[in-house]
Amino acid sequence: MSRPELVAPPEIYYGDTEAKKYTKNTRNQQIQADMTYRALELLSLPPDEPAFLLDIGCGSGLSGEILDEEGYMWAGVDVAPSMLEVALEREVEGDLFLQDIGQGFGFRPGSFDGAISISVLQWLLNAETSHATSSPPHRLTRFFTTLHSALKNPSRAVFQFYPSSDDQITLISTIAQRAGFTGGLVIDYPNSNKAKKVFLCLMVGGGGHVPKGLDGDGDAAEDSTTARFERRRERERARSRGGKRKSIKDRDWILKKKELYRKRGKESVPNDSKFTGRRRKAIF
Amino acid sequence: MVRLMTHNLLACHAKGCTTNNFPLALKDVQIELRESDFNPDFLKGFLPKLDWPALVLAARQLGDETLPLQQPEMLDDEFLKNLHHVLLEIHIEEGSMTCPNCAHVYPISNGIPNMLLAEHEIG
Repeated sequence: MSRPELVAPPEIYYGDTEAKKYTKNTRNQQIQADMTYRALELLSLPPDEPAFLLDIGCGSGLSGEILDEEGYMWAGVDVAPSMLEVALEREVEGDLFLQDIGQGFGFRPGSFDGAISISVLQWLLNAETSHATSSPPHRLTRFFTTLHSALKNPSRAVFQFYPSSDDQITLISTIAQRAGFTGGLVIDYPNSNKAKKVFLCLMVGGGGHVPKGLDGDGDAAEDSTTARFERRRERERARSRGGKRKSIKDRDWILKKKELYRKRGKESVPNDSKFTGRRRKAIF
Repeated sequence: MVRLMTHNLLACHAKGCTTNNFPLALKDVQIELRESDFNPDFLKGFLPKLDWPALVLAARQLGDETLPLQQPEMLDDEFLKNLHHVLLEIHIEEGSMTCPNCAHVYPISNGIPNMLLAEHEIG
């Protein structure tokens, strides 16, 4: 899997060309849309109540478009100016901010009814300078504490991200807990490399439990309850149990074999008799 | 794209700037009016989050005098329509926001406020 966050910081990686490319790619659009719907589902906002959401790392507004469709009001922050420019061109409804989430938010307490973030957190895990405020733990702490206060109580924040190791998951969740969040990881399709998606589901004010991840294989091509060669093994067992196959070493088989050897000119082939192929007595 | 709705939620987040950091003062603003769908339920849900004096101050600064100085108890249709206009239809395109405490200036260009901080301002 390619890891753009290891190439350059986001505001540089997503320059003009990359921002356009990313937004135009229909596969990206599809994946982002699916994950946004899933994140909204995990957010489990009360139905029929208009909500004001924060889209963290909104980029070119691929997820924001879905929020518009679903009828939510939202504000989005992103650190890449080129991405925001594309978002302006696409005329999304939300308010956009050029902001580095690692520097924290300035929103007043209780501003938002929820927050979603699609494929963003992994960008916070690389230090860009040696300055103390640039270390990943410091940035994550600042991010989670200011986010915690910007959310109303009770509410939720759902982050989809691509961790590259278990250490990263531990780092992120411990810092989030220290900032006052409860909740945990939701992993969809854990057995599939391709369809696996990691969601960090954080809650303000406790209450409620972490939802369960989706099972199955994502593309539903295989049934994950049976192993790969199970069916063939099953078939073979059925055949042997059915008793259709005879014991091969009966009298006819022996006579046929002996005939064959004689024809080939093999020496010392025993003569046929009435005892050929007969079972010995048990007392032998 | 900055609407007064989000301006009303925004405080300064520079290092050590924790008191008297709201509201950010608007300066040299150019506004654009864009119609949007009227949603009374959303407005009613949003009212408790608003800082009323700050909203009225900002609205008057932008030349909109329709909101009363005191937040009314009764929510009639006309009031909600005015509120809708102020919160959601006035877009600030250019200008700047200044923190009343530390005087940090957040420039707004193309409708997007630049909230980035310099290294020494990060808390």
